[in-house]
Amino acid sequence: MKDKQLIVNAIKNGTVIDHIPAKSLFKVISILGLQEINNQITFGTGLESKKLGSKAIIKIADRYFLDEEINKIALVAPQAKLNIIRDYEVIEKRVVEVPDHIQGIVKCVNPKCITNNEEVKTKFNVVSKNEVALKCHYCEKITDQDRIVII
Amino acid sequence: MINKSLVSITDYSKDDYLKILQVAAEFEKNPNQKLLEGKVVATLFFEPSTRTRLSFETAINRLGGRVIGFTDANSSSVTKGETLKDTIKMVTNYADLIVMRHPIEGAARYASEVASVPVINAGDGANQHPTQTLLDLYSIKKTQNTLDNLNIFMIGDLKYGRTVHSLLMAMSYFNPTFFFISPDELKMPNEYKFFLQQHNIKYYEYRDFMPIISEADIIYMTRVQKERFSDPIEYEKTKNAYVLNNSMLENTRSHMKILHPLPRVNEISQDVDENPKAYYFTQALNGVYVRQAIITSILGMK
Repeated sequence: MKDKQLIVNAIKNGTVIDHIPAKSLFKVISILGLQEINNQITFGTGLESKKLGSKAIIKIADRYFLDEEINKIALVAPQAKLNIIRDYEVIEKRVVEVPDHIQGIVKCVNPKCITNNEEVKTKFNVVSKNEVALKCHYCEKITDQDRIVII
Repeated sequence: MINKSLVSITDYSKDDYLKILQVAAEFEKNPNQKLLEGKVVATLFFEPSTRTRLSFETAINRLGGRVIGFTDANSSSVTKGETLKDTIKMVTNYADLIVMRHPIEGAARYASEVASVPVINAGDGANQHPTQTLLDLYSIKKTQNTLDNLNIFMIGDLKYGRTVHSLLMAMSYFNPTFFFISPDELKMPNEYKFFLQQHNIKYYEYRDFMPIISEADIIYMTRVQKERFSDPIEYEKTKNAYVLNNSMLENTRSHMKILHPLPRVNEISQDVDENPKAYYFTQALNGVYVRQAIITSILGMK
């Protein structure tokens, strides 16, 4: 297996999200709501990666993402890289960045928070980006990187 | 601050604090001003808090306003399973202002987003109780004639006490020096110490206050609760170290005052009550003037 082979087929137009930690693949799918769309989507997981050990890749045909959409995945795939494909060519590469505000997606760590007691969508201000720390807009408690649970 | 909810002490700026304190001083001179005539204020207490409720209701009554509401969740439709959102939506139809106390953290922020009238947070679980902080500021200013450059001693449970955390944030505008005195298990959390470092505010941590008590301008006492200790033996060993009695006050500064958010249990001996340095009951009275100032400022009357 010396030859480099595309394990997941190339797409003509769309977005390739690479360098997703393998364990985060389904979280990324759920954050981007990919289960809800009808585009052709292929993904591979358990792929070898020097950086991540085991990585996943997702290819979404005919779909492009706004920064604010894609940045949401930074919480679970901080090193993810995006290739924007047009006519089989990579026309742009992008990295993800943790956004300043996060809505939905993450559960507040505080069991006494209103968001864990009534039907209230979670909202956080990101107070630290390197070691991700999220301050709840409602109860003002900090949810840190190790305790992030994706809804 | 007109028509704006007061949920967290950080919703207000330094100028807002000073404005409230100035208006509160006017109400202290003349508490009966019928500015709320024809207005209805809802006091929604989803958990009982007699002290806070009576203070708010006294403030409203002295302003000539009418009060509707409930004193605990059992006498509201919460017991029928109504959501907070629906309760607030309904009350919004009736009242010009909502004062609410709720055991769930963030409930007041959420209510302020659902309500079309301003909401004053009268305590949401262990999170915020901004009117308490403003009355603490008022009491400090009144007894020291300034808020600047004071030595503030905080004694007791500094880990869970929301009043000390909010007071710390509010005082950070006035270049204080903090002395934190607590058992190891109940020390000031790192996030607040980090906040002080960022703002270049000096603080010192001690386990015992007697060697340094002569430095204090303000002693802010809190209750050390047994249930906060993982080890009951540790509680028995430390509980008496955080009790203030009259003989300890001998070498304190003449203008020093002792504050306590109340209710007190045994952390201040009754023999302190007659000492002119004991200020906690007047502090509670100040709460009425401060709440009058907050209500009338939010409703745009002051």
